[in-house]
Amino acid sequence: MGAVMGTFSSLQTKQRRPSKDKIEDELEMTMVCHRPEGLEQLEAQTNFTKRELQVLYRGFKNECPSGVVNEETFKQIYAQFFPHGDASMYAHYLFHAFDTTQTGSVKFEDFVTALSILLRGTVHEKLRWTFNLYDINKDGYINKEEMMDIVKAIYDMMGKYTYPVLREDTPRQHVDVFFQKMDKNKDGIVTLDEFLESCQEDDNIMRSLQLFQNVM
Amino acid sequence: MAAGVATWLPFARAAAVGWLPLAQQPLPPAPGVKASRGDEVLVVNVSGRRFETWKNTLDRYPDTLLGSSEKEFFYDADSGEYFFDRDPDMFRHVLNFYRTGRLHCPRQECIQAFDEELAFYGLVPELVGDCCLEEYRDRKKENAERLAEDEEAEQAGDGPALPAGSSLRQRLWRAFENPHTSTAALVFYYVTGFFIAVSVIANVVETIPCRGPARRPPREQPCGDRFPLAFFCMDTACVLIFTGEYLLRLFAAPSRCRFLRSVMSLIDVVAILPYYIGLFVPKNEDVSGAFVTLRVFRVFRIFKFSRHSQGLRILGYTLKSCASELGFLLFSLTMAIIIFATVMFYAEKGTNKTNFTSIPAAFWYTIVTMTTLGYGDMVPSTIAGKIFGSICSLSGVLVIALPVPVIVSNFSRIYHQNQRADKRRAQQKVRLARIRLAKSGTTNAFLQYKQNGGLEDSSSVDEQALCIRNRSAFEQQHHHLLHCLEKTTCHEFTDELTFSEAVGADSLGGRTSRSTSVSSQPAGPGSLLSSCCPRRAKRRAIRLANSTASVSRGSMQELDTLAGLRRSPAPQSRSSLNAKPHDCLDLNCDSRDFVAAIISIPTPPANTPDESQPSSPGDGGGASSTLRNSSLGTPCLLPETVKISSL
Repeated sequence: MGAVMGTFSSLQTKQRRPSKDKIEDELEMTMVCHRPEGLEQLEAQTNFTKRELQVLYRGFKNECPSGVVNEETFKQIYAQFFPHGDASMYAHYLFHAFDTTQTGSVKFEDFVTALSILLRGTVHEKLRWTFNLYDINKDGYINKEEMMDIVKAIYDMMGKYTYPVLREDTPRQHVDVFFQKMDKNKDGIVTLDEFLESCQEDDNIMRSLQLFQNVM
Repeated sequence: MAAGVATWLPFARAAAVGWLPLAQQPLPPAPGVKASRGDEVLVVNVSGRRFETWKNTLDRYPDTLLGSSEKEFFYDADSGEYFFDRDPDMFRHVLNFYRTGRLHCPRQECIQAFDEELAFYGLVPELVGDCCLEEYRDRKKENAERLAEDEEAEQAGDGPALPAGSSLRQRLWRAFENPHTSTAALVFYYVTGFFIAVSVIANVVETIPCRGPARRPPREQPCGDRFPLAFFCMDTACVLIFTGEYLLRLFAAPSRCRFLRSVMSLIDVVAILPYYIGLFVPKNEDVSGAFVTLRVFRVFRIFKFSRHSQGLRILGYTLKSCASELGFLLFSLTMAIIIFATVMFYAEKGTNKTNFTSIPAAFWYTIVTMTTLGYGDMVPSTIAGKIFGSICSLSGVLVIALPVPVIVSNFSRIYHQNQRADKRRAQQKVRLARIRLAKSGTTNAFLQYKQNGGLEDSSSVDEQALCIRNRSAFEQQHHHLLHCLEKTTCHEFTDELTFSEAVGADSLGGRTSRSTSVSSQPAGPGSLLSSCCPRRAKRRAIRLANSTASVSRGSMQELDTLAGLRRSPAPQSRSSLNAKPHDCLDLNCDSRDFVAAIISIPTPPANTPDESQPSSPGDGGGASSTLRNSSLGTPCLLPETVKISSL
């Protein structure tokens, strides 16, 4: 009987071992920790006060103890804010806009720098950042396909249950309207200057840019 | 919302900047955030033990006690802290939930106490983290079962009072099932038990050889043959009692068919039938063999004891549930027996005067050897036979000894697993339902908020409904974000119902197109907009009429309805709290044809530059107040910011 139980237990431990290795591997990956530069430096580089930086970092560190955010987390966060539809594509583009060095992970400094531009920056900076977001392949020009992708991603966030019912060509129409307005020389692409110019002509956009001034 | 999402709010709001150039309508202004005092440390005093935490931490879960304004009830102004007269040890877990997002279950505390604390602090038990969930549920189930048992025992002891007008049948049945209810039932219970015992003992004693007193060759005879009359009388008496009992039960049973099919009644029948068959069988030698066989069945009377004994019932149930494992054991044994019997037979074939006359004859040897009994009535004589015989006995040990612990552990594992699997399946459905509910809760929160006419001017705080004001700051910001997204895409969030209605409307052949053409007068710049708005108007008409408007309603009808409602003081679907301010607004501001603005986009009066202001989603009556939206404080002035930019 003892032999029986012995064989039993050894069988079980054999099964458990491979999974333990996997867990160790995962632990190794998450051990990569990143600490941001000093508070004073960040305060100098961004438009936030020390207190605001503290609050931001505490929240950031709580969610990402390793000090970096990856794309998956971005997508999850956005999914929670916009549960109606699928926010993953827009989160993807956003992530690449945040990740200026294209490393695949966003450190706190990048995060806070981008936030500083978007929430406290000048109109010019904000528009630049937005242009950078739309320019998916970062070649300095926005063409219709890139715009199509972005607009489609935004419409995806709306989800299925919208009023009026989303049609197939609604994004395309939207993009056409946009290009009509932005593309001054009608060459099919929008450069940074065209973009800045068109936006500055539009009072609506100018006013809306002031909307997100107050943070947190 | 889930853990820490509030932390990412600035990020979400910043990312919304990306929508700005695409927005075809002006985006709504952000909700007026009262000057946040930055982050502050709150002191929570739980029965003397002070816990300090950031206010942000508690705000993460706004639908709990500590995260909502409910904690203000516990605020002690003198000491500047929140005082709770509860268990500080349990509070530690609650607070850790806010900090880490995972609720752990304390192992040394009573699960009931933990539950009560959770209920007090507004945490649902579903929040218990995965690491502790299994144990939590098991302990809770255990507790619940124990409490249920206690209750049942209490109830059984007292005996539920029968309704006054119960028939004899019902009372009889109850007496049979619960012997403890009345004295007569108890007496009956013991009498039948006694007679079962008597009958079984009589069967046994019948076969003992009693020495006949004065017989020349002292012959040993079974007592049954010596005192046939006595035993016959005893048997008759027992059978009469059993028959009476059976018939009474049959009479009292609420469902006779079901009773006839039940195991206990079958046992009863098997117990008494042999006697009656024996009565009618003639006493000749040919049949007496069969008759004797029948008497064997009398031993089944012993199973009648299972009505009297709980343990027997449990054993029976256990065997029944373990049947497949036992079956497998039997099968493997049979295989081994056949194999070895064949081998032994052929090994011993040559010997003369051998016991192994056939393979079935060798079965007996194999069984006795494998179970290590070894009677010795059959032994192999050839060397080959002996070798195979020893292999047989060795493997017998293995074959028998191996499955038995497997069966035992299998049984307990499968039993628990089944229970857990059923539990988990049931709980999974509930869990998924709750998650979906929570998810739709956030979705619905925004829709509900819109329905409540929430997208109002934040400056007129006093006039806002309490339900809207009480949203947390985070919720305000979140709803603002969703609103911005709506404006960017020029589509609105709706619920399934309205969506299916709208889909139906479209499929009915685009009646809405007519409304479009009617309404868009200065069609030029605002063309894109006008395609949106009339549909919204139609929807509002549906809502205003407060009925499931059949989508087939003509657009003209809708316009009439709206026009008719233009001067109505209060739309039905708005809460009365909102009606008042709307009322006075309507009287104060003249010719604010806001509602009309929805339907048609006429040349606006002089001071309403927002001819094509798309009233934010909300009920039609709320149009005026929603137009106050961007006005900063003066209700009758319309903002100049709201202008449709033709893109």
